[in-house]
Amino acid sequence: MTKKIRVLIAKPGLDGHDRGAKVIARALRDAGMEVIYTGLRQTPEMIASAAVQEDVDVIGLSILSGAHGTICPQLMNLLREKGMDDVTVLVGGIIPEADIPALKLAGIAQIFLPGTSTQEIVEFIHQRIAQPS
Amino acid sequence: MSDPNQGKTQTIAPAEPTPQRKPSKREKAWEKNTLQPTLQKNPERQAEFTTISGYPIRRLYTEADLAGWNPDTQLGQPGEPPYTRGIHATMHRGRLWTMRQFAGFGAAEDTNQRFRYLLAQGQSGLSTAFDLPTLMGYDSDHPLSEGEVGKCGVAISSLADMEVLFDQIPLADVTTSMTINSPAAVIWAMYLAVAEKQGADWKKISGTLQNDILKEYIAQKEYIYPPDPSMRLVIDTFEFGVKYTPKFNTISISGYHIREAGSTAIQELAFTLRDGMEYVEWALRRGLLIDEFSPQLSFFFNAHSDFFEEIAKYRAARRIWHKAMTERYGAKSARSWALRFHTQTAGCSLTAQQPYNNVVRTALQALAAVLGGTQSLHTNSLDEAWALPTEFAATIALRTQQIIAHETGVTNTVDPLGGSYFVEALTNEVERGAWDYIRKIDALGGMVAAIERGFPQREIAEASYRYQRELDNKEKLMVGVNAFVSEEKPLETLQIDESVAHRQAERLRKVRAERSNDEVARQLSALRTASKGKDNLMPFILDAVKAYATLGEICDAMRDTFGTYEEVAIT
Repeated sequence: MTKKIRVLIAKPGLDGHDRGAKVIARALRDAGMEVIYTGLRQTPEMIASAAVQEDVDVIGLSILSGAHGTICPQLMNLLREKGMDDVTVLVGGIIPEADIPALKLAGIAQIFLPGTSTQEIVEFIHQRIAQPS
Repeated sequence: MSDPNQGKTQTIAPAEPTPQRKPSKREKAWEKNTLQPTLQKNPERQAEFTTISGYPIRRLYTEADLAGWNPDTQLGQPGEPPYTRGIHATMHRGRLWTMRQFAGFGAAEDTNQRFRYLLAQGQSGLSTAFDLPTLMGYDSDHPLSEGEVGKCGVAISSLADMEVLFDQIPLADVTTSMTINSPAAVIWAMYLAVAEKQGADWKKISGTLQNDILKEYIAQKEYIYPPDPSMRLVIDTFEFGVKYTPKFNTISISGYHIREAGSTAIQELAFTLRDGMEYVEWALRRGLLIDEFSPQLSFFFNAHSDFFEEIAKYRAARRIWHKAMTERYGAKSARSWALRFHTQTAGCSLTAQQPYNNVVRTALQALAAVLGGTQSLHTNSLDEAWALPTEFAATIALRTQQIIAHETGVTNTVDPLGGSYFVEALTNEVERGAWDYIRKIDALGGMVAAIERGFPQREIAEASYRYQRELDNKEKLMVGVNAFVSEEKPLETLQIDESVAHRQAERLRKVRAERSNDEVARQLSALRTASKGKDNLMPFILDAVKAYATLGEICDAMRDTFGTYEEVAIT
């Protein structure tokens, strides 16, 4: 049996709107992945530590508050420092189109905007993790 | 009153059985002679038709769906119990609803400008959105505020910010709603201090404090303290309001956020009204009198896309509240019985794709709120799936309400849908569904106990996942998202840059430099001591606010005593 894909779903920042994070956590679990949900108000440090501790393949960040520009680069730096460069980091939420290039440059693998189906995210993860980079 | 059961959760009569549907001879003949041949030739589009909440809807509603329904007791007259037709005799013929657009972004001076613009455009009341640090009781220069200052609302860290926010806006004349929960007592104290400085009489000023902590634990998750001290602060504001600000709604018991978190319409209704009952029971336990504080309770519902389900929800809400206030709590005053509510169209129904379609969605949702008898209304702007609204988008949203009010004719008569087989039957069914939930929560020991066991949270998570599956499987369609997809140019949206955080940090620095820090320390220490006892904390908070203690300092003083809340994990 192949090893299950391990995913950390995290909700950084002060925002408490966790509907999306919870739906995604459950959809990925239903798709056969091992999902750890961090709960609310995680700092980039807490998320990076959890990622190391849980040895995850994927981190999914749910950000609706407009704080992505601050949070994402901080998290990517911390992951690099901890030698977690190979982890796939995804962002879902309300992200202005104009901010997407900067997030990709910072190392975010993909940004999923409102209206994305859960299958689309599942397929993206499967493709990404199945193909060794 | 010396009723030993006062303030205790009381269980009410067991569920009434769902009445058996007995179609008339006429209806049976129609089924045989007209319906069946039609279905054989042209089957219906779907095997089952359901509301957006997944509630099954029949092909046709007739008198058979209202068997046993008593219009005298269940419908009544407008302005009379059980208020199904509305809480005023003339409803929107007498006075239109308050057009109250929720606004707030950047620093206080940015939002002050938007407020004055909206008032100049004919808006009839103000509604303030605060940023996340303010909602969580942190100052703008707190490390956790980084990246969040002024993004989702206006940043308010001290009385100095509040003075700027309401500069040249006469609080004696304008009613203001403030969407603030955990730190509601502090923000309200700042508002009252500004009103006092303007020379406005507290006895006459009016507005609404959201102050609904229960729905934070259930849905929106912007909580600071655990439930017990949080509820104490809420009841402190009730007690203070009865005495000093009799025209102010000290709470807006909110279903809006419960629905946005993915609940069904029935869950929104049931959890909101059970929250209301929880506040009533805590207030009674404090020794407040039901007919003194209840007239200051107000409600806030969502207007989602399923037109008739929403209308049924508002009508059922009034009926349930009347029954609860009279039968459970023995209220004697009609002002306690009548459920007054604000409505906001459903943010979660807006699409990032083809955003101009959101104007249409919002208009239809707003129409449902008006037909459901709302007292006040916020219509979302077309760009809100992307960002806080631009002035252009906010203006269209306000104009949408003005068009409904002045062009459509729906305000010409009271409760125009009253007596419709469908609307009355659905109102009955939604009411029955809500009472089933209310009984379940009673059995769990009330809403605080239910929250601590994760009951409403789990029900909502189930419903929201079910709906996502329906969208993914295209059992439910969202135009522009999973059907009728087309390419569009990106919108111009409002961007909040980091200069807001710098301006805020500078003003905070100035406040801390210019105030008497000895006086602040004295007031914070008095508040800290009082928080360990049983006194009403509002006077202590007011004193601290007037000494220009910051929001973060005041919330921290209470954090020392109350601790903070961690939610129960449910996934």
